[in-house]
Amino acid sequence: MTATQINSPSLRVRPAAKLDGLIRLSDVHKTYFLGEMDVPVLKGVTLAIDKGEMVSLTGASGSGKSTLMNILGCLDRPTSGSYLLDGQEVGDLDGDGRAMVRNKKIGFVFQSFNLLARTSALDNVLMPLSYTAKHLGDREAMGRAEAVLKLVGLADRMDHHPSQLSGGQQQRVAIARALVNKPPVLLADEPTGNLDSRTSEEILAMFQRLNEEEGITIIIVTHDRNVAQHTKRQILMRDGLIESGNYMSAS
Amino acid sequence: MTAYFHTHFRTIRSALRALRRNVMRSALTCLGIIIGVAAVIATMEIGQGSSAAIQRNITSMGANTVLVLPGAATNSGINWGAGSILTLTPYDCDAILRLCPAVKNACPIVRSRSAQVIYGNHNCNPGTIQGVTPAFLAIRDWEDMADGEAFTDREVRNASKVCLIGKTVADELFDQQSPVGKDIRINNVSLRVIGVLRAKGANMMGFDQDDLVLLPWTTVKYRLSGQSYGSAATISSASGASTSTINSLSALYPDTSLDLFPAVDALASVDRPQPVRFINVDQIMCEATSGAATGAAMQQITALLHQRHRVGGDDPDDFNLRDMGELTNMLTGTTKLMTNLLLSVAAISLLVGGVGIMNIMLVSVTERTREIGLRMAVGARAGDILRQFLVEATVLCLLGGILGIVLGRGSSILLRIFGHLPTQISVPAIIISVAVSAAVGVIFGYYPAWKASRLDPIEALRYE
Repeated sequence: MTATQINSPSLRVRPAAKLDGLIRLSDVHKTYFLGEMDVPVLKGVTLAIDKGEMVSLTGASGSGKSTLMNILGCLDRPTSGSYLLDGQEVGDLDGDGRAMVRNKKIGFVFQSFNLLARTSALDNVLMPLSYTAKHLGDREAMGRAEAVLKLVGLADRMDHHPSQLSGGQQQRVAIARALVNKPPVLLADEPTGNLDSRTSEEILAMFQRLNEEEGITIIIVTHDRNVAQHTKRQILMRDGLIESGNYMSAS
Repeated sequence: MTAYFHTHFRTIRSALRALRRNVMRSALTCLGIIIGVAAVIATMEIGQGSSAAIQRNITSMGANTVLVLPGAATNSGINWGAGSILTLTPYDCDAILRLCPAVKNACPIVRSRSAQVIYGNHNCNPGTIQGVTPAFLAIRDWEDMADGEAFTDREVRNASKVCLIGKTVADELFDQQSPVGKDIRINNVSLRVIGVLRAKGANMMGFDQDDLVLLPWTTVKYRLSGQSYGSAATISSASGASTSTINSLSALYPDTSLDLFPAVDALASVDRPQPVRFINVDQIMCEATSGAATGAAMQQITALLHQRHRVGGDDPDDFNLRDMGELTNMLTGTTKLMTNLLLSVAAISLLVGGVGIMNIMLVSVTERTREIGLRMAVGARAGDILRQFLVEATVLCLLGGILGIVLGRGSSILLRIFGHLPTQISVPAIIISVAVSAAVGVIFGYYPAWKASRLDPIEALRYE
């Protein structure tokens, strides 16, 4: 559409034909109905993200960034348009269906960690497993939780409560919790917003490592340009549309 | 199936974990139910104890007694009134006691005509002189003597010349000295006083219950009266041999009753056999097993006496039954009143506890909005959240219920020991209060749980 998009270097690297990606939004609209006034927030977003990508989603406040993230995370449903996640149409699922998709396909990392207080790191990580459709045995669940905690480097802090952990450690527990169900997508909402710059670097390095070594697709929603620069692909939103960083726009 | 149990086990475990995460709040929530259940159990136990005590008091006034009276004779169209024919025998009394399961005690009563009671230079004319058995004292709840002791069945068999006197009689005849062991005279029969009855005071009609002399009924029949009260009517009703014919123990005077009919000779008695009736008594006093069993006892006695007296379908009964209707009504009325009182107290306490639970659960839902949002984000369905909060509320209520039972039982025991209140353990109260506390958990926990499950995860996650 715009000159920047056409001239984007990634457009040349990535062929536009790759449509069987992990995430594929086509012409997604989201309109909030506030009384008699309709507030369109997303005005036809078309977006594709492939397996193994590390993407940042940026934009000024009011650009529809959070709304798009909610739809990507299956927390909300689009007013119109289609959303294919891992080959499954999730745009028209009901609440319970979306809950199951969230449980299996998406790991969430939040700005404020959202750990359960007075609960050990291990139990925090175990929590999502209690909502999986097919229950694991206690031993298997424990093994998995310990493995992901080891992966984020907290093998020696498993019994600590959130109040006994630093901010960076808490966020790493949150990342472990997001990973415990082995989701293909990790959705991080301002993951470094509550952290100092040194710890932020650590967390971002961890995301990069998870992306490269474990092949997990990572989407980081942020308003911080420094954070966005850590990702290979940066999607910029403005006024409910994607302004740059989209391969689909060429097709 | 195992997966099903596994899910529930997991839910309960996570509920316990969540409750432990905020011990103070959980304890406060529990407190409502603890106090509610404890109040229910303590009031139920105190109430039941008091109710039982009140019932015992009313029963001791005779609420569960049934009087069997002989029927009325009708001669030439004139009704001679109850007791004008003699149809009851001591064997009827034995049969009633043996064959009527609703009858706990039965006692034949032989009344004497009013007579002068003499001791030394004192005399009095007691309102009641009657012959009974020791069962009479049990029926009237009069077994503990003020002085001396009661006569026994053996003395009844022997028609022993012993008597028990009431407080009023004792006061009139004996001033300050102990009557026990002294001999008094009635109708010139010398009787030894072996016991003084505990003072009972006047009954509901104002009739002094202590103004009486009790003797073995055989003594009254064979030694005192010569013939039983109303035997004149027996003679007129031509029911054959009166008691006087076998009154061989009446040694003091020869038999003086009138011989209105010529002796039946052997031939005549073969031709026209007369029904031979042996001993009769004036009344039979029966005690039903409980106040409520009075009706059943009356039915059983009626059926038995129909059979024994060969009363056919249409024939008039030759006996009358009398119960203490007023007292029985009072008894059932009191019982109903107490039960309703206790139930309403219990309902109010549990309602208050339930509202407390709902209150704290609502606060808890608000306080844990972010947690709920997080749980939804990681894949909890609305049903999972609903179940989690319901299980939490139920677990809290059950824990509170158990603690409440302990507290309630404990306080009722303490009240019995130190407050001298009559308490009675109430198993239904325990079962009901546990069941109700679980139900309260579900019912009052449902709204907050439903509210939690309806939260929008996006809003919930953003909630401050």
